Parts: sequence; C-alpha cells; structure tokens
Amino acid sequence: MEKEVKILAIESSCDETSAAVVVNGRNVLSNVIYSQIDIHTLYGGVVPEIASRKHIEKINQVIRQALKEAECTLDDIDAVAVTYGPGLVGALLVGVGAAKSIAFAKDIPLVGVHHIEGHIAANYIENKDLEPPFMCLVVSGGHTHLVKVVDYGKFEILGITRDDAAGEAFDKVARAIGLGYPGGPKIDKKAKEGNPDAIVFPRAKVAESVYDFSFSGLKSAVLNYINQAHMRDEEINEADVAASFQKAVTEVLTEHAVAAAKEFHMDKIAIAGGVASNSALRASMKAACDKAGLTLYNPSPILCTDNAAMIGAAGYYEYINGTRHGWDLNAIPNLKLGER
Amino acid sequence: MKILAFDSSGLVASVAIVQDDNLIAEYTTNYKKTHSQTLLPMLDEVVRMTETDKESFDLLAVAAGPGSFTGLRIGSATVKGLALAWNIPVVAVPTLEALAYNTWGSRRVICPIMDARRRQVYTGLYRFDKDDRLETLMDQIPMDIDELIGLLGDRGEEVLFVGDGIDVYADTIRQKMTVPFSFAPAHMNKQRAGSVAVAAKKRYEEGIYTSGDDFAPEYLRQSQAERERAERQKAGGAANE
Repeated sequence: MEKEVKILAIESSCDETSAAVVVNGRNVLSNVIYSQIDIHTLYGGVVPEIASRKHIEKINQVIRQALKEAECTLDDIDAVAVTYGPGLVGALLVGVGAAKSIAFAKDIPLVGVHHIEGHIAANYIENKDLEPPFMCLVVSGGHTHLVKVVDYGKFEILGITRDDAAGEAFDKVARAIGLGYPGGPKIDKKAKEGNPDAIVFPRAKVAESVYDFSFSGLKSAVLNYINQAHMRDEEINEADVAASFQKAVTEVLTEHAVAAAKEFHMDKIAIAGGVASNSALRASMKAACDKAGLTLYNPSPILCTDNAAMIGAAGYYEYINGTRHGWDLNAIPNLKLGER
Repeated sequence: MKILAFDSSGLVASVAIVQDDNLIAEYTTNYKKTHSQTLLPMLDEVVRMTETDKESFDLLAVAAGPGSFTGLRIGSATVKGLALAWNIPVVAVPTLEALAYNTWGSRRVICPIMDARRRQVYTGLYRFDKDDRLETLMDQIPMDIDELIGLLGDRGEEVLFVGDGIDVYADTIRQKMTVPFSFAPAHMNKQRAGSVAVAAKKRYEEGIYTSGDDFAPEYLRQSQAERERAERQKAGGAANE
C-alpha cells in the first residue's frame, strides 16, 4: 500500500478564503470556506483590494479551522498546496504567502496549483472511480474552458471563451434585468418561473475554432432586447429573459462538450466551476450525455464554488508527479493551464 | 529573546534576526523584484547562513503599515503563516516608527516620509528624548507634502528626513523648507528589518503584541472602491443603492 499523503490546501484566488485537509487527493477531511460575497454585493462585483484585505484578516482562522476539523496539526501535514493562479493577484498573494511560510516553517514541500486544475480535480473527490482520460467543461465567473484531461496534471485545452466567461455573462445579464449580484444563482432561480423558448437569443459560434465560446454577442443581444422593450415602454418578462438567456448559454456549452467527447472518443464528461452548479446546465448536460451514451460527472455545489479541497485534490496528483515549488513562488494572475 | 523581523512596506525588502542586543543577520534588498519572489528566499538564506534552528524564534516582528498595500500583505501573510506554524506572537510595528529607529538617538525631530502618491506622503514625527526613549510627536498619517513642510516650519525645529519619500520630494523640500533640515544617508534612509526588530522588542516589553491570527496590516487608507462609495453616499447617492 502506498503511503498516505496528507495535504493542507489553500485557495484565495478571488473572494473565497478557503483551507482544506485532503488525504491522497480524494478523501476530504475538512474544507473550510469563508465567503466574502456579502461585502462585494455592496459594490455589484468583487473589488480586488477589499478581497485582498479580507483574505489577510481571515486566512489564519480558516487554516486553523481546517486543521481542527481534520483533527490534525501541521506536524501531520506532508505538503502544502496552494492556488498561485489564475486569479486576482492581490488575493492570490495572501494564500501564496501563507502557504509558503507554513511550508518553510515546517520544512515540508510546497506545491503550487493551477486554479482550473483544482476545479477539474473537484470531480475526483466524490467520484472515486473517475480517472483520466475524460472531457471536462470548466465554467465559472472567470473561466470557460473545454479541456481534454489526458492524465493527472496533463491537459489539452480544446476551447476557451473569446470574450466573457459564462459566469460573467450571467452576472451582466442579471444586473440588466435587475436581479443583482451574484448573477448565476439569481438567474437560475428566476429562470425556473420562465419559458426558455420565449425569446430566441443567438447561439454564438466562433468560426475558425469549433470548440471556442463567445458570450459577449449573446449578452449584447439580451441587453438590446431589454433596451428595445424599454424604448417601446413595454414590460419585459424577467423570468422569460432569464430562462431564454440561460438556455442559450447552456445549449452551447452542452453541444461543445458532447461533440468534443465524441470526436476524441471519450466516454466520460465532467463539469466543474461555479456555473457547474447551475440547474439548467446540469439538466441539459445530463440529457445530452444520456442520449450520447456518455457518463456525466458533476461535483456537489459546494465543490463547484472556489474551495481548497479541490486544490488539495489537484495538489496531491501534482505532488505524486514530483511538482515542487521554491520559496520564490509568485502569484501569476494569468497562469496558463498545464504551466508549472 | 530571538526576534525574526520583516519589512516589505515599500520597494525595499528586508529580513533580520535579532537576538537580545545583537543583530545576528540582516538582509536588505532595494530592487524591483516583487517581495513575493524575494522575502522568503531571503529568510531562507539568513536562516541557513547563521545555522539558525527554525523553531528557536520567540517573536515575529513586522512593519505593519502604512506602505504599499501589496507589499504590506506579502509581509503580513508571511508573518501570519510563520506565527501559525511556530505558535509565537507577532509585534506589529508602525512602519514610520521603525524608520525613526533607523536614526536612533537623534535629538532632532525625525520625519520619516514614504511616497503615498497623489502629492502625499505617509509621515509622522518622532524624537529620542534625553533618556533615548522614542517620543511620538505626531502619529503616522497620510499628508500632503506641502502641508507637512508648512507644519515643520511652524514647529521651528531642525528636522532629519528618512524614508523613500526623499527620492520623490527632495527638490520640493529643498525649495520650501523654512527650517534647517538634513536627509539621512544611504545606510539609514530606507526600511531596515533590524530597526523593526529593535522597535518590536521595546513594544513587546511593554506588553504590546498580538497573535498571528489577529494581526492585520494598518493601511491608513481605505480602498478606492470604499472611498468612492462613501463619497457617493455622502453626496446623497443612496438612491443608487
């Protein structure tokens, strides 16, 4: 039996301060998340400087709580894994700084982890049978990636968004309809009362790259629709707009993911990231996967949000593959997936 | 009492080990690399060079602000992580007070200035009294450079300037100061972790320290978003909410 590896993982790339203790990449002993959402809601979106300040205030308490819930101390920890990009640089630096000094203080290895690699690995936690290769659709407020997971820590990016991330489009449309921030859950809820076929919004295709995404055109179409209604003094049906917009997004995401799985002969698709907890996306992916004979994996909502357990999962496989970072590890706001 | 001290509040990154009344190691760089890339490698280097047992530190000290927001946070995150791992207390030293310690014993008014952009400096006024105790004549605050020069003129005492604000405002100071002044030389005009450690020791002896969990930097300024929101609300923009 291979030795048990216990990893302390830290995530602070946006507005969640999180720490977790994860054993062998799949067994989560604790996953503490402090969300700053209430503060940022006042500003209609994440304010980087405020996020960074909150991270500093909470980081130790969150780490301490994660150790406590895992019933262990730093002396039991084999390595520290931390998100070092992509994300807000000031926010990332807090987690990176704390992770480095803890690893240094305890003479244990430091493993820097890519945030998206973490989201992908979130799927390993609840699906003990899931192993690469598989297709993964990563959708969140900052990212929209269609990734071929070739092996642990080995990725081929098939498609990315050319403009807005899917979650960003949700936020902007939610603001336009007056639902407020954060847009994802608000639109999801509102859409349940609406007709997704009420309005036909464009399904954006990127001509030269079949798996890329573009959501700014869709967003503009929704905003135009709302503006035109206002100019004609017509009331819009918010629920119908939300449902129709949501359908336009989830349909494209689903089509791309399923088409890619077929082309590359994958029988498994995983979804990850904040938007992966959107009920319409889950339903549409489920229906499409069932139809195509593919197995769909999706993490629980808590593992779809930014959290450290997923960094612990990804960090474990990086650790096993020999990834080690030095004390000069820096936060890299635009880190590419697969870069080390 | 073995103190590990950091200052990453400005362009300078500095790490020092002070044991009782001896500076065991001090490593200071004034170079463009980010503190995230320099601070911990510097710590690693001084610990190795002096064969210091990592578990032997009694106290952490850090320049707690004001300064560059990012710089302060890199130092703070480092200190908080170390405090958590080693289970030792933290002394938060006001950055300007640590700079005043660079010129320990000065009977002149010590005026540390740090560039705070927008024609402002972070400043404070200090002096060592006849018993060589630090007197704080004015607590650290952000202030317009011209206002500071006026205030110093009104005091009418000779002034010793320290800090990276000199690099930016030396000409203004030369033109406008109405009282005698001088600029501290290279070995004492920028942040030094040795000074942070000495100032921290004093504070610790007076019972002024905190835990790594509770420690947070003192920015002396709100974020831009908070300032703008406060202004909007003041202007009656609450209708926007």
